[in-house]
Amino acid sequence: MTDDAVLEVRDLHTHFGVHQGLFSRGDGAEVRAVDGVSFDVRRGEIFGLVGESGSGKTTLGRTILGLAPATSGSIRWKGEELVGLGEKQFRPLRRHLAMISQDPNAALNPAMTVVQGVGHPLRIHGMASSRAEVRQRVAQMLERCGLTPAERFLDAYPEDLSGGQKQRLVIARALITEPEFVVADEPVAALDMSVRAKVLELMLDLKNEMGLTYLYITHDLASGKFLCDRIGILYLGQMVEWGESDGIYDDAQHPYTRSLLDAIPLPDPSRRDRVKRLPRGEIPDALQPPAGCRFHPRCPEAFAACGFEGRDLVEAFEERWTSVDEATFERELDMVGKLGDVEVTRQEVRFPSGQPHELAVWLREHGEQLPTRVTTAIDDVREDADAVVVRFRDAPEPAIQDVDGRQVACHLHGVTVRPDGDHVGDPDAVTAAREPTPTPSWRATGEP
Amino acid sequence: MAESVPTFTTDTATATAPVLEVRDLSVSYGTPRGPLHAVDRVSFDLHAGESLGVVGESGCGKSSLGRGLMQLLPVGAAVGGSVRLRGEELIGTSNSRLRRARGEDIALVFQEPMTRLDPLMRVSDHFVGAIRAHRPKVSKDEAREMAREALAQMGIPRTRADNFPHEFSGGMRQRIMIALGIVLRPAVIVADEPTTALDVIVEAQILDLLDRLRSDEEVGLMLITHNLGIVAETCDRVAVMYAGRIVEIGPVAEVFADPKHPYTQGLLASVISVDTTELVSIDGSPPDLVDPPPACRYRPRCPIKAEGSDRIDPALTSVGADHQAACLLYEGAEIGHGKVQA
Repeated sequence: MTDDAVLEVRDLHTHFGVHQGLFSRGDGAEVRAVDGVSFDVRRGEIFGLVGESGSGKTTLGRTILGLAPATSGSIRWKGEELVGLGEKQFRPLRRHLAMISQDPNAALNPAMTVVQGVGHPLRIHGMASSRAEVRQRVAQMLERCGLTPAERFLDAYPEDLSGGQKQRLVIARALITEPEFVVADEPVAALDMSVRAKVLELMLDLKNEMGLTYLYITHDLASGKFLCDRIGILYLGQMVEWGESDGIYDDAQHPYTRSLLDAIPLPDPSRRDRVKRLPRGEIPDALQPPAGCRFHPRCPEAFAACGFEGRDLVEAFEERWTSVDEATFERELDMVGKLGDVEVTRQEVRFPSGQPHELAVWLREHGEQLPTRVTTAIDDVREDADAVVVRFRDAPEPAIQDVDGRQVACHLHGVTVRPDGDHVGDPDAVTAAREPTPTPSWRATGEP
Repeated sequence: MAESVPTFTTDTATATAPVLEVRDLSVSYGTPRGPLHAVDRVSFDLHAGESLGVVGESGCGKSSLGRGLMQLLPVGAAVGGSVRLRGEELIGTSNSRLRRARGEDIALVFQEPMTRLDPLMRVSDHFVGAIRAHRPKVSKDEAREMAREALAQMGIPRTRADNFPHEFSGGMRQRIMIALGIVLRPAVIVADEPTTALDVIVEAQILDLLDRLRSDEEVGLMLITHNLGIVAETCDRVAVMYAGRIVEIGPVAEVFADPKHPYTQGLLASVISVDTTELVSIDGSPPDLVDPPPACRYRPRCPIKAEGSDRIDPALTSVGADHQAACLLYEGAEIGHGKVQA
C-alpha cells in the first residue's frame, strides 16, 4: 500500500449464481464477474477501469460502492473494511462515495422535479434541515454544474431537459453530498460527440474545486488517455495490465491492451493503413471462461504455454472452414467427424472419426494451417480403431508480474503460475514452459 | 422532374455512371406542430466500390436519409425528390418493385441486430426465407448452401448455420445481418450505425468486413455514423449533415485535413482521440426542424457567422476538387440552398 491510497482493493471476487429463475441452468453455474482483482486508488487521482462489455468493469464499480455484494476479498476505504458491511452500516459512508451512472434516463426519477431529485440525498443523509435549505443547496450545485440560471431548472422535470443537461443533473445529484470518491461509469457514452467534451470538462473542473478522487469506468481508451493518471485494463473479470497511463498508452505490454489500442478508430485518414493486430472473436461466455490465460483463444500472440485446451481445437477447425472452399470443408468434416459427437474436456479431445489415421497425420503434418497456434500445445495424438484422442500440455494461468514498472498478467514476459488459477492440467508440471517463450511481435518488429 | 436535374459529375467520378444518384431528396414527418423536414433537398452520388460516410449529430437527418433512400419510413412520412438506382427511378415506383429492390439491389444494415432476427427461427431459415422471397426457383437446399457461403464470408462457421440467433454473440449477430444483406449480391449497402452497439475490437472487425465487401464485390457502401474516426478509417468520401442537409461533402483526406464548413471544423475539433490534448465542444444543439432558423441553419451556433448568413440560406458550392461546402464564406453559396450554379 502506498501512503496516499484512499481505496485499497485486494483479491476481490464478485460472483453471481445462475441457478435461480426461469432461465436456470440448474447446475449451480456461476458467473465470476469480478475474479480476483487487486489495485489501489490514490487520493486526488483519476483511475481508469477500461474494458469491453462483459469485462466486469461495471460490477467492480458497483461492488466498491456496496451496490453488488462481494463474494470474497477486501475493499478498504481509508483503512475501513467495506466488504461484509450491512446496508445500515454502509449508509453513512454513501455520502462520501458517490456514483455517476451512464444512462441519465435510468438514473433520474421521472416523477421527481429537479429540486426533489437532486436534493433527495441531502434529506436521506440529514444534511439539510429545511426545504428552503435543500432548495438553496440544490440551486448552488446546479450552477456549479453549468445548469444556469438554476431557477429555470429547479422545478422542471427530467424530461424537459436535453441529454447533456440530464447528465449534468446526474452529476449534480452525485456531488450534492460533497463526496470524496466518485465512481463515474461511462458518464459520457450516451451523449453526442459534440457535448461529451463539455461534460468531461465539467467533471475535471469539479474534481479540482472539490478535491475529488475518480474511478472512471469506460470502454473508450481515447477519453481514458486524456483523463486518467493510471489505468487498469479488465478482461473477463480480471485485471490484465495496470499502471501509469502514459506507460500503458505508449508501450502496452499485454496483447489485449495492444489490441484495444490498435482497434480505436483514429480521426486521421493518413494513418488508416497502419498495422492493426486485432484479436479474433469476442469476449467468450463468462460462465465458461477459458483455462490458462483467459485471453488466449483470441490472442494474436498466444503460444504453447497460454492454456490451449480441448475446445480450442474444435473452434480452430470451425474458423478454418470459414476460409476454405466447400469441397475442402466437406473433406475435412468427414475426416474430423460430426462436431456434435466430439467429446471435449479441458485437456483432451476425442474425435470419433471414420478416418482416424488421416486425422492424426493431418494434425501432425498440417496443424499449422489452423488459424491459431493450438497444435503447438498438443502433447500427444493417439489413434485407435474409430477415434483420435488429442491430449494437451499442462499450462498454468498467468500470475501478475512487474514489467517495466507496471503490472502485467501475460506469459510472454516469462511463464508464471497464478495461485488458485484455472490451469490446464498440473500447473507445477508446466511442460509447455520448456518451450522457449517467443518474443512479442511488437518487440520483434522493433516497434517501441 | 428528372430533366431539370443538373449533373453533379465530379473529377474522381469514373467514366461509369454512379450506381446511386440522389437528387433533391426530402423526407418529412407529420407532427402536431406541423411538418418536420428531417431531410431537406439532399443530392449526392454513390459509385460502385466506393464508400461514402454520412456524419452529423443526433437529429441531423442521417438515419432519415438512409431510410428515405429505400422509402422505409413510418406511416405519415413523405418522401420527395429522386433516387435513381443504376438509372432506374425508385421514388414513386410500385411497392412490388420496391420490395424487390430492398435486398436484391440495396441492402440495409441496422444498429440492433437482435431486433431484426426472429428468435424462434434457425439462422439458415432466415436466409431460406429471404432468398426464396426474391428467387422462388431456388431450392431450399440451394438456399441453405448460399447461406453457409455468405456466413463463411462473414467469418461465421458453416457448421453453425442451423443454430438459433440467441446462440450467437452481438458481433456474430451483426455478421449474420450483413450476410443476410449481401446474400443476393446487392449493388449498394446502406449501413446505419452498424457498430454503435459493439465494442471497439468487434467494431474494427465488422468495419474490416464491410471494407472487404466494398473492394472485393465492388459494392457501393453508404456508412451512416456519428463517429468521425470510423469515417477516417474506412470511407473514401464524407458527407457532413446538419439540420437535414449536407453542409459539406468531399474526399475524406481533404475534408479531414482542411474542413471548410465551420460545422465540420467544430465536429472534427470535438473528437476525443488518443491524441487529444484539449477538450473542445460546439455550443448549443441542432435546431428544431419543425421551425428551423431562417437563412443559415448553423448560424446560431457558428463561431464565424459569415457576412449575409442572417439573410441567405447558403447553397453547396465548390471549394476544391470534388469538394463542396454550404457556407457564405465561399463564393457561390449566396445563390441559396437547393439551387445549383450553372
